[in-house]
Amino acid sequence: MTLALALIVIGIMALIFGAILGYAAIRFRVESDPLVEQIDALLPQTQCGQCGFPGCRPYAESIANGDDINKCPPGGDATIKQLAELMGVEAKPLDAAHGQEDVKKVAFIREDECIGCTKCIQACPVDAIIGAAKQMHTVIQDECTGCDLCVDPCPVDCIDMIPIEQNTSSWRWQLDAIPVKQVN
Amino acid sequence: MYSDYDHILQRLNQGRLWDFHGGVHPPQLKSLSNKKAIETITMPKTLHVMAKQHIGVEGSLLVKEGDRVLKGQPLTHSTNPFSVPVHAPTSGYVRHIGPHVSAHPSGLPELAVEISTDEFETWAPLEPILDYQQKPKSKIVEAICNAGISGMGGAGFPTHIKSSPKKNVEFLIINGVECEPYITSDDRLMREHAWQIRQGIDILVHLLSPKLVIIAIEDNKPEAIEAMQVACQENAKYRVVSIPTKYPAGGEKQLIQILTNREVPGNGLPIDVGVIMQNVGTCFAIADAIFTGTPLIRRVVTLTGQAFKRPQNVWAPIGTPLSHLLEVGHYKAHKQRDRKLIMGGPMMGFETINDDVPVVKITNCILAPSASEIQAPSAEQPCIRCSACADACPASLLPQQLFWHSQAKEYEKAQEQNLFDCIECGACAYVCPSEIPLVHYYRVAKADIRTQEQEKAQADKARLRFEARKERLEREQKEREEKHAKAAAARKKAMSEKGNDAKDKIAAALARAKAKKQGNTAAPTSQESAQPSNASVDSPQAQQINSDSKQTETSKQDKVAAAIARAKAKRAAAKEAATKETSETAKPEQAAATATSKTDNSAVDDKSDSDKSNSDKTATETPPAKVQSSKQEKVSIAIAKAKAKREAIKKAQQSQSADSENAESAQTDKPQVDTQPNENKPGENQPVDSKQEQPQTDGSSEEKPDPTAKQKAIAAAIAKAKAKKLAKANASENESAKTQSSTEQDNKAPETASKKAPTGQQGEKLTAAQIRKQKVEAAVAKAREQNRIAKLKRAEKAAKKSSSSAADKDEN
Repeated sequence: MTLALALIVIGIMALIFGAILGYAAIRFRVESDPLVEQIDALLPQTQCGQCGFPGCRPYAESIANGDDINKCPPGGDATIKQLAELMGVEAKPLDAAHGQEDVKKVAFIREDECIGCTKCIQACPVDAIIGAAKQMHTVIQDECTGCDLCVDPCPVDCIDMIPIEQNTSSWRWQLDAIPVKQVN
Repeated sequence: MYSDYDHILQRLNQGRLWDFHGGVHPPQLKSLSNKKAIETITMPKTLHVMAKQHIGVEGSLLVKEGDRVLKGQPLTHSTNPFSVPVHAPTSGYVRHIGPHVSAHPSGLPELAVEISTDEFETWAPLEPILDYQQKPKSKIVEAICNAGISGMGGAGFPTHIKSSPKKNVEFLIINGVECEPYITSDDRLMREHAWQIRQGIDILVHLLSPKLVIIAIEDNKPEAIEAMQVACQENAKYRVVSIPTKYPAGGEKQLIQILTNREVPGNGLPIDVGVIMQNVGTCFAIADAIFTGTPLIRRVVTLTGQAFKRPQNVWAPIGTPLSHLLEVGHYKAHKQRDRKLIMGGPMMGFETINDDVPVVKITNCILAPSASEIQAPSAEQPCIRCSACADACPASLLPQQLFWHSQAKEYEKAQEQNLFDCIECGACAYVCPSEIPLVHYYRVAKADIRTQEQEKAQADKARLRFEARKERLEREQKEREEKHAKAAAARKKAMSEKGNDAKDKIAAALARAKAKKQGNTAAPTSQESAQPSNASVDSPQAQQINSDSKQTETSKQDKVAAAIARAKAKRAAAKEAATKETSETAKPEQAAATATSKTDNSAVDDKSDSDKSNSDKTATETPPAKVQSSKQEKVSIAIAKAKAKREAIKKAQQSQSADSENAESAQTDKPQVDTQPNENKPGENQPVDSKQEQPQTDGSSEEKPDPTAKQKAIAAAIAKAKAKKLAKANASENESAKTQSSTEQDNKAPETASKKAPTGQQGEKLTAAQIRKQKVEAAVAKAREQNRIAKLKRAEKAAKKSSSSAADKDEN
């Protein structure tokens, strides 16, 4: 009798706790960042396609499916390191087949040579080029990711990729400390 | 441990202070320059006023090249709260506006206004606020902002922001510590202008209403302490506190810790612990700005170091080039081994790039050390983990850990070690026995991290833009497709209207050719030919007319229906073919008729509308020609057509679109050519086609001999018409309306054409005969396409129609 009672009580308690846990699982569910999102957040978003994928997100998806992490030249070693950490794999050197890490550049349209063909506008993955048909185009420097995709379509070769100019806020200190010595 | 106000007050009353961790005691060397009064220097010929001399954003320029500017006239303007203007330090002309070497360790060019000064020093109108206590605080803050005052202690934080805090202020600390070696500008300023500094403090007190004002001065400046005590003795709220000399006691966070034992949070501001700190120089400038209206156009600069013959403090107009100050201080280049001019103090200053570097609002010292004073940095040795740096760090950090991580570019770990709490005071590098330029590593690491963060922000922005673009492209694609679909529909409509004209013409031409043929082949046709011509015009309808009068009435409608039906029938045709075969075998004649009708349709479908028209017309034409010769022929032709198409459908695997046009013509031509030898045609087709057609051919052969051939032909025509009607019924309503009109036109055109036709062309025959095979093949190809397109349902419908049409025919 007591055994049966104990079983019943325990059983009821199990049901109650189960219900509570079940409710809590729904109510307090933690939305974890999907892996692809995390990878995508690490990629430099130049959308340059040097990895062989049409944009950063497709590459992120591919990495999530086990692709190599060393195909992103714009991201360079820093990105590879971060990806290696995230994916729990060994960091490899950048795959040279996809290009070399380069200084950051932005596109610049030599405006007096622009014929207004809009081809670069169509090529730009981030809509950083403004202009209209038969009107001069220009690059919004702040939005340009330096992906290079606008250079090839230009029929008059009026687009240059110029390294971003250094200013006092982007300058990296190269100064040695100034040691003071006791005078006399 | 957070000390409350009373506790702090008690400690201050007792003269007891707290201390901060670490710190170093470098030689002060202040006596070099603190002996002489601040000297007003001659105005340099040229001033380079940097557009941005503070933390924040630069304003937009108010002057252009060639403008005359007056002393105190603002040169920039901005509505951004994190911006203060710069002013013309004297009267003169704007000679040039452009990049100029900046007062920054990098020396990278930044926007500057170059003013060539005149000797008049004409003042711009000034607006002093003498009764500031009666004015709203916002007015005073605005005046401070407009005077271009930013923190003059070193950071250059806009003062007006500090003057309007959102939180309650317990302590207003006036920083006169000036802990760095060599520098004496604040010292001299306090000694000589204590009164005005106190006025500035008064204004700040009015703005901030602090509970207590602490004027902190290092105990190595007794004259300054005394001067300030004298100036502040009237007010019990003001306390001049002497603090022990230790570097970097003048650091904001360190000074707060010394005075209040409160620690400013890592990423917080002094106001978070109830403190506002201002430099004595800033207080002086505030008093200037309010009581005289003078903006910040000059500051005290210490010229010191043993390479100066006359080390002293001077009032340097903002924008004064370094070279001018060197002249003033009698700089002796030979006393230095290498030219080495430091802007700022020896601990936190930086070496200037060249002598054009201008004085800015935070420039407090120009140090020109002699060769014996400051050694060239010797080679960096490995870290020996002596932890002297950790002992010296005023921020209680672990410099050697930061160094390791910074060197290895492990920035995350460096940040875990609170890299950004480093105030870059240089105490660690000062004590380092290995002479590692530690601060250098930290600065590089900080710059890298900031760059990374910036890139991250940019990447996020780029992602948003990329995704937005993708979305837009997809949307546009969809819209375009919709538009195209609409346009295509419209074009079809238009084509079905216009296309018929073309069809008509072609049909007419064909009719002519046939007429010729007839004329050549069969003499006894004149009357009949007239009939056929009419018939040819209406093709199926005409045939119907022959058979039934009532059908003639509906003939036009039928035509329209036929046009519509063609398209549909074509599809169906492919499928039907199979079904038809069975039906055909049962009723060869009817089947043949239906087949022809459908085949016509199918042919039309393959090609564009014009093609359709051709095929239809030709199909229609064929019957008339036959009519002339014999109605049997007609029937046979129809059958032949049907067979050909079926064959095509079944066999179908070769050329397609290109051939299809030819095929149409071929189909049409064949019957024409074959008119008399109907049997031949089917025979030809058979070999080409699959066995399936054989039954048909048989049927056709049977038909020919029938005495009732005419009737049969008529029946077939009727069947066609009906099939088309049915098809039309299926077809969309819109098309039907237009097709009607088009069909009407068609009818007229063919009539005329057919009448004229007899003059026609014999050549066609020959060519037709030659090309037959090709045409047949083309037809086959077409049929295949149709097959593919065709759907079962339609096929069934078509089959039903055909059967029904057959039934109608029987009735007729």
